[in-house]
Amino acid sequence: MLADKDRIFRNLYGIEDWGLKEAKKRGAWDGTKTFIQNGRDWVVDEVKASGLRGRGGAGFPTGLKWSFMPKQSDGRPHYLVVNADESEPGTCKDREIMRHDPHLLIEGCLLASFAMGANTAYIYIRGEFIRERERLQAAVDEAYEAKLIGKKNIHGWPFDLYIHHGAGAYICGEETALLESLEGKKGQPRLKPPFPANAGLYGAPTTVNNVESIAVAPDILRRGATWFAALGKPNNAGTKLFCISGHVNRPCNVEEEMGISLRDLLERHAGGVRGGWDNLLAVIPGGSSVPCLPADTCGSLSMDFDSLRELKSGLGTAAVIVMDKSTDIIRAIARLSYFYKHESCGQCTPCREGTGWMWRVLERMARGEAQKREIDMLLEVTYQIEGHTICALGDAAAWPVQGLIRHFRHVIEERIDQYAANPNPDGAVREPVAAE
Amino acid sequence: MPKLIIDGTEIEVEDGITLIQACEAAGVQIPRFCYHERLSIAGNCRMCLVEVTGMPKPVASCALGVNDLRPAPDGTPPEIQTKSETVKMAREGVMEFLLINHPLDCPICDQGGECDLQDQAMTYGVDASRYAENKRAVEDKNIGPLIKTMMTRCIHCTRCVRFMSEVAGVEELGAIGRGEDVEITTYLEQGMRSELSGNVIDLCPVGALTSRPYAFAARPWELRKTETIDVMDALGSNIRVDTRGREVMRIMPRNNDDVNEEWISDKTRFIWDGLRTQRLDQPYIRKGGKLRPASWDEALAAVARRLKKAPGNRIAAIAGDLAAAEEIFALKDLLTGLGSPNMDCRQDGAALDPAKGRASYLFNSGIAEIDEADAILLIGTNPRVEAAVLNARIRERWRRGGLSVGLIGREAALTYDYDYLGAGPDTLRQVAAGKHPFHRVLKRAKRPMLILGQAALSGSDGAAVATLAAQIASATGMLASGSNGFNILHLAAARVGGLDLGFVPGKGGLNTAAILRAAKAGKLDVLYLLGADECNLEDLGNTFVIYQGTHGDAGAQAADVILPGAAYTEKSGTYVNMEGRTQLTQRAAFPPGDAREDWAIIRALSGHTGEPLAYDNLSALRGAMYDAHPHLAHIGAREAGDAADIEKLSKARAALGKKAFGQAVADFYLTNPIARASAVMGQMSALAGAPRTRATGTDG
Repeated sequence: MLADKDRIFRNLYGIEDWGLKEAKKRGAWDGTKTFIQNGRDWVVDEVKASGLRGRGGAGFPTGLKWSFMPKQSDGRPHYLVVNADESEPGTCKDREIMRHDPHLLIEGCLLASFAMGANTAYIYIRGEFIRERERLQAAVDEAYEAKLIGKKNIHGWPFDLYIHHGAGAYICGEETALLESLEGKKGQPRLKPPFPANAGLYGAPTTVNNVESIAVAPDILRRGATWFAALGKPNNAGTKLFCISGHVNRPCNVEEEMGISLRDLLERHAGGVRGGWDNLLAVIPGGSSVPCLPADTCGSLSMDFDSLRELKSGLGTAAVIVMDKSTDIIRAIARLSYFYKHESCGQCTPCREGTGWMWRVLERMARGEAQKREIDMLLEVTYQIEGHTICALGDAAAWPVQGLIRHFRHVIEERIDQYAANPNPDGAVREPVAAE
Repeated sequence: MPKLIIDGTEIEVEDGITLIQACEAAGVQIPRFCYHERLSIAGNCRMCLVEVTGMPKPVASCALGVNDLRPAPDGTPPEIQTKSETVKMAREGVMEFLLINHPLDCPICDQGGECDLQDQAMTYGVDASRYAENKRAVEDKNIGPLIKTMMTRCIHCTRCVRFMSEVAGVEELGAIGRGEDVEITTYLEQGMRSELSGNVIDLCPVGALTSRPYAFAARPWELRKTETIDVMDALGSNIRVDTRGREVMRIMPRNNDDVNEEWISDKTRFIWDGLRTQRLDQPYIRKGGKLRPASWDEALAAVARRLKKAPGNRIAAIAGDLAAAEEIFALKDLLTGLGSPNMDCRQDGAALDPAKGRASYLFNSGIAEIDEADAILLIGTNPRVEAAVLNARIRERWRRGGLSVGLIGREAALTYDYDYLGAGPDTLRQVAAGKHPFHRVLKRAKRPMLILGQAALSGSDGAAVATLAAQIASATGMLASGSNGFNILHLAAARVGGLDLGFVPGKGGLNTAAILRAAKAGKLDVLYLLGADECNLEDLGNTFVIYQGTHGDAGAQAADVILPGAAYTEKSGTYVNMEGRTQLTQRAAFPPGDAREDWAIIRALSGHTGEPLAYDNLSALRGAMYDAHPHLAHIGAREAGDAADIEKLSKARAALGKKAFGQAVADFYLTNPIARASAVMGQMSALAGAPRTRATGTDG
């Protein structure tokens, strides 16, 4: 269990004040000037050495990403864009950072911008986060006032920070769609290459990072890369915010060491699975887009990028969605499918057409109103989507369905048999899910 | 020059191209829907996926540059598979997705038989459907009288959106909604205000956007296709005329990178219903104030009688805007034989004179040269309505950046930014004298050009305007080092040909204005109008007027004898476009009724006057024409003018007037007799004149 002294987000629950004064007491803005004096390469190397992997879901090494930015500007400005469009179902960690520890994020923005030669950063905040935006803006204003950031600030790196409010589209959390949206266009992902590090926001070199990745950077510099690297497991270093929701006794956000076992995580922090561990049906370990894992794989499950990947799932945003045995897993996944159908931007064919197809078939399967051969057809459709789209939303839509069929094919088959034995306009088991 | 291995064959390709082009260069066909060479890359249909060795996922070949691929560490070039199992599965998958929500209405779809989706489904798809859900239905949109929509068929390739915003420069088409609810629409459900909108019909890979006038009229396989040339403007767009029986069913563009690339204007495309209505299909003679049908013999005899009776200097002829070189040549021979010097092919009185050298009336730089220009001065012209496709080319150049455009004349929405310099002669004088900032812009440019329009040339001071323009060309280096940036933008397809043939007043002869004045004053006995409808024919006194043409328009109203001729789709005729390129139309259909090819009418008439012309068939006529004007024999080639003519022109004396330049084309859709007979063009003209939106009560 993570010791209190190793916590980065000490005000995660908003017990103390979010303001600058209290934040400074908790350690924010301490030594920032020294880090900047140590130079750009030092910052990047330190973050690289810490083994920090991107906290937005893909787990790409953050320091490496920063190092992709051109060393010398070719005349174009550099930009840091912080992805605060936290919309993945189950995920609610960035929101708490912005609500209760905004200064860690702002300080991280300054340091990350410095590390990539950017004098301007944008925070793209999700449309529904209205209070969070107000809070964050207030914190930014405080930082400006205290000359911590701004064109002329006490740290000696001219830096402007802007907060941009999105309009609530899930796809705008995809980095290139986010850039499009930030530029005032329709939020549709761009083709890669060119990658944002070459041509991103307004055609200039840009790095897009998750809120959590940026907010942990100052503490890594303050306490040293070795401290961070010593936490967690090799190649999966550090602490991580876990968002635990679903059928647990006390759903919560908690900062824990990477690689903690799922059982520990649920039982220590969330009061355990509703009705006891044996009542567990499945978990979705990393936000709605990763495949679910059935209870029998959860016993010794280690919550880190590599272990979960081995089980053909993923850590994603570390949003653990727990489902106990009262869950109708087909309906649950059908609901996720509806979400992806609703949020597909419609730009490229497999996702535009495939997400709706998957949802419709799953809706029927939830009622049992399907043929068994359609299960394999559905699985094939997911493979036709996966890897064939411009952005990862296609993959994200396909994976939960693949997880369902991989682990719960027998449930679907049973449902179909029930319905075939007793056809009922309302489906085999209960009333159909309303199409919200 | 990167090297690639495509399906096992090593190939070296140009820098900067994309994988799909490289595959094409290697002779490998890649299916595609959204990709189009002349539009930006969208990469959204995912049909062109190929496998690149070492990449985890298949990649969209249309979007990946060959320079983005790295050779293996041991130096082997990147390997691309286009026929692997992965690629085959990917294509089948995408094809299935495209088809699940595409209606199975091919039997009633106008795209049937020339549909990319149909063709590619045959080649790359699977034969059965696994989709058991309801198909999507999308409401059709009203985007004007030219384009019929069936939006359920749309596969969201966004070619139309990209064309309208990139090439046409009219941001009136877009996609709204998200996911499977994306719809292509004009938002306000109003017709698109572009002269190029019809091109989206060709671009649409499915039957979502089809031609409304052609709806349900024919199937592509029952049409006879004739490759010919358009005469709606002086650009000489390359077109294909599709006919069934005697009827022209539709007109489509042909690719010619030097002229129209692969676009045509809406007038060019939708003019064909005008070829069916208001046609003159038999000769008429006016008796007692009324036109009465007559036989060819009667009509020709009546004309010959008048011609023989009249002294040469009391005979005159005006050639119209759609006349081919052959009939102009024959008519000139006829008039010369009759001893008349009174002929003109410049109905608008433009100050263009072959005596000043061929360069003085050509678009000298050539149309393709616009792609290289970095400064353009427009004088008295609105290319958007005068030559819509050429205007798109200027826009394309402007979009690449680094082009300054200045306009002297009437302000207009040109689809690109320009500096408005002034309304007329005063500004022109300042620029010519080097006192205007734009003079410096032109001088500093590497490839400057000016485009001089008919509105500036047809005023009383037209010759002076041309001289000043020549001075600007000379002073700003447009004539340096073999180039020639002095460009005349013509409106009439027949004009350059007519000037090349010297169909202008001979010694002591009258020009158009003088001919019309003389007619009114009773100083003219016979006036021969060869398809001339664009000059003021209201009061021609007692002059005996012969109208040879295709449509019952102004000329026919004024005529005493009507000789029915053939339209441009009904004869093989030589046309020289504004840049001096000789092109040939082909006969796609026969003229209606008793109408005849125009050169043959003039030849027959010469028989009746007793001095038959020296050619009995078209090839003999062409032989004589080629002997006199050798460049007309080089079909497809552009014969340039001599830049020294412009230098000479710039030395002439110039007395500029004060009057601002007007507009040469008041109504894009109604510029010639065929267009005025077309119901579609009439509808478009009415729409263009209509107010854009209804008052809402909140707009002041």
